[in-house]
Amino acid sequence: MSAAQTAAGPLLAVSGLGKRFGGFVALENIDLTIAEGERVGLIGPNGSGKSTLVNCLCGTLRNETGSVLFDGRPLDGLIAHERTRLGLARSFQLPKPFHTLNLIDNLRVPLLYTVNARPGHSLSDADVRARCEELLQAVALADKARRLPRDLTQVEMRKLELARAVATEPRLLFADEAMAGLSPSEVEEIIAVLLRLNQQGITIVLIEHIMRAVMSFSTRLLVLVAGQKIADGLPQEVMRNPEVERAYLGE
Amino acid sequence: MRTGTFLIAAALVGLAIVVLTRIFFTNEYFFFAAYVVLQYIVLSTAWNILGGYTGYINFGTGAFFAIGAYSSAVLHKLPALLKTFDILIPAVPLPVMIVVGGIVSGIVGLGTGYLTLRLRGVFFAIATLALSVVVQTLIVNWDYVGGSRGIYIIRPAQAPLGGGYIQYLYTLMMALSVISVCIARWIERSRLGLGFAAIRDDELAAEAGGVPTLRLKLIATTLSGALMGMAGAPLPYYVTYLDPGSSFNLAYAVNSVAMPVIGGMTSWVGPIIGAVILGTIQQLATVTISSALNLLIVGVLLILFVIIAPNGIMGLISARQRRRAAIIEAAVQQRQAAA
Amino acid sequence: MVSLDLLINAIVAGILLGGFYAAVTVGITISFGMLDIANIAQPAFILLGSYAAYIITYYVPVDPLVVGFLMLPVFYVIGMAVYRLYYYSFELRGEQSIQGLAFFFGLLFVAEVSLVLVFGVDYRFVEAPYIGPSLHLGIIDLPLRMLIPCLVSLVMIAVLQLYLSRSFIGRAILAVSQDGLALQLMAASPTRIKQIAFGISVATCSLAGTFLIIIQPVEPSIGRDYIGRIFAICVLGGMTSFPGMVAAALLIGIVESITATFYGPSWAPAVAFGFLLITLAVRPAGLAGR
Repeated sequence: MSAAQTAAGPLLAVSGLGKRFGGFVALENIDLTIAEGERVGLIGPNGSGKSTLVNCLCGTLRNETGSVLFDGRPLDGLIAHERTRLGLARSFQLPKPFHTLNLIDNLRVPLLYTVNARPGHSLSDADVRARCEELLQAVALADKARRLPRDLTQVEMRKLELARAVATEPRLLFADEAMAGLSPSEVEEIIAVLLRLNQQGITIVLIEHIMRAVMSFSTRLLVLVAGQKIADGLPQEVMRNPEVERAYLGE
Repeated sequence: MRTGTFLIAAALVGLAIVVLTRIFFTNEYFFFAAYVVLQYIVLSTAWNILGGYTGYINFGTGAFFAIGAYSSAVLHKLPALLKTFDILIPAVPLPVMIVVGGIVSGIVGLGTGYLTLRLRGVFFAIATLALSVVVQTLIVNWDYVGGSRGIYIIRPAQAPLGGGYIQYLYTLMMALSVISVCIARWIERSRLGLGFAAIRDDELAAEAGGVPTLRLKLIATTLSGALMGMAGAPLPYYVTYLDPGSSFNLAYAVNSVAMPVIGGMTSWVGPIIGAVILGTIQQLATVTISSALNLLIVGVLLILFVIIAPNGIMGLISARQRRRAAIIEAAVQQRQAAA
Repeated sequence: MVSLDLLINAIVAGILLGGFYAAVTVGITISFGMLDIANIAQPAFILLGSYAAYIITYYVPVDPLVVGFLMLPVFYVIGMAVYRLYYYSFELRGEQSIQGLAFFFGLLFVAEVSLVLVFGVDYRFVEAPYIGPSLHLGIIDLPLRMLIPCLVSLVMIAVLQLYLSRSFIGRAILAVSQDGLALQLMAASPTRIKQIAFGISVATCSLAGTFLIIIQPVEPSIGRDYIGRIFAICVLGGMTSFPGMVAAALLIGIVESITATFYGPSWAPAVAFGFLLITLAVRPAGLAGR
């Protein structure tokens, strides 16, 4: 997955995206682009539409207006699993493990249904097993491979959530509040995992409240306030933006 | 055990039971009772493919079952109908009726699923409850199959495979049980079963993992409905008088929910345990006490199990095993620490 | 012009029937629409209401409607008790979906079988001066046994609507239907509010059941016919709104009545199911939309 492959255009291009819930406008006319290999921080106060944006981009929710291009291919009308197969992955804000399946089987779901569903891919049972162990090792969960998710700690649950998203071999990963409620050292751990994934070539959008984590991770910041994008640029510059300051101080 | 091996083993067990019982039991009543228990193995296994594996509750077992039964009634009358148009066909053999019943019920399952499975599971459950009422309405108003009066079905004089006709029905139902259990077990161990489990645990996460949830749910409803229809197809020959009241009996719906719940919903063994225990109790109890009281017991057991032991008998067993494993693990760790 | 007569009378009968259907559904609009508890045992509670009216008027010479009103608190307490059981067994464990549905299905079934064991499968009915006579307005017939339940039903729903929009607890119920967390911030316990709301939803069955046995003789299995109807009306009405629900009830009442008049009463039960399927497939947000 080299950057040269898609140097022609951005990896993700969103234009004029809008979403309402009844009379409530959750997102209005969002334009943004994300280039291959970027580490983007998506921030904004509670209820500003960050998760709704992720849900629209991943196909969990349907946006009423606007269009989304992924690697030059329009995503409009595709449902979530089709987008996953194209290379868009996400972790959920509240971890959603498959609670009756052990960790290996949790990872087998994306391996069998996403990786193996792509043309030209066919992992054998042994490949799948090896890949599961590799993924669990990458997030230091290998010794709990046969356990059920309920035996995991909070931080381990977050790691499983990331591992499951990464198992789909995505090109773009949305990490939705992957660190909420974790201790500072645990936040460092997750950041390290995300940085390693980015080095492996996965473009990452981090949705996060912990500003220290966002600032240390991101190469670019997007700010949403009340369903509108109010800033987009280098982290230091965005943080000096008076509108952003007002939104955050007003919170 | 691989699926192929299991299929052969299950077929041999089924065959052995059939041969032995047909040698040793001369009382026809045994076969009447055993048929019902086997029929419940098929129904509860079929219910569990949707309910236990994907987590979507079907309260309309009676409807799917009746569709199978009535499609057989139609096929039974078909040669006579065609004769009036000077088309002569031989009587339709029962195995063909079973296949047709399965196809018709499967299509109804697919249709109901297609209309309601995009929504939350509770809407599907409600739709299946209402489906029973509607299928009953259609049949009550359908004179060709007897309407509300019912229809008499005369069994063929000669039973294939030797013996009486009830032995033949019993043998067929054993074959259906073996087939449905093998299908259930194969699903559990396949990619399909993994996808079903992902849907049951969290549908959004399943989609995010690439699982085409709607398609898988439709496969489950179609398969489950088809097996229920197949279980119902021989019914006209079993009862010889088919009426909407008997084929829509709420007992089918309650039993096919209660049996997997009581046996345990996460594996193919649970529905068999539930069907054998509840089915046998009911067959024994119908002789001794009233059938209404009998059903009351099933209903009360269902409520008690969902409250006290929601994972059924299999759940109780595996919880015990887990506890034991934990004790052993702790003991081993202690010993290692001491050494 | 006989068929015009027939049509007008079918529509009027449908409106009266719809008023009754609204009484049958209002409890589900509260429990399923507002609390998100799919109480498929609701028809069983309604039948219990019918049999309570039957048994009490059998021994005591009172009007069945009086019984319906007097039994309201009893049903309220039954409802609260059922919610307690449901809460501790399922909501608290986070297992409400499958297990909870199976639980209510078990209740529905046990209630039906118990009624069969106690009362048999014979039809039971009540007596009252308004069962039998009709008002005649020109070509229109207004049977009192339909008119009175319809009117009382609409009054009951209006009172409930006032209660929900005006009283503190009523507003808390509406709040819980939108956001349990917001309610916690208001320092009210959602569980307690839900328990009261569920109690009310079951209490309505006392009156709805009385209406049912005034309108027609009952036997234990007719409850099942109402499941599709109740949920069809609730969904069609937009789940949470009483005016939407009443409109849906009237619509289904009218269509059923016309179907029964022109195609025969045995087809009527299929009407609600048709509506339910079409609504779920095409417009799950109901008539009112969201």
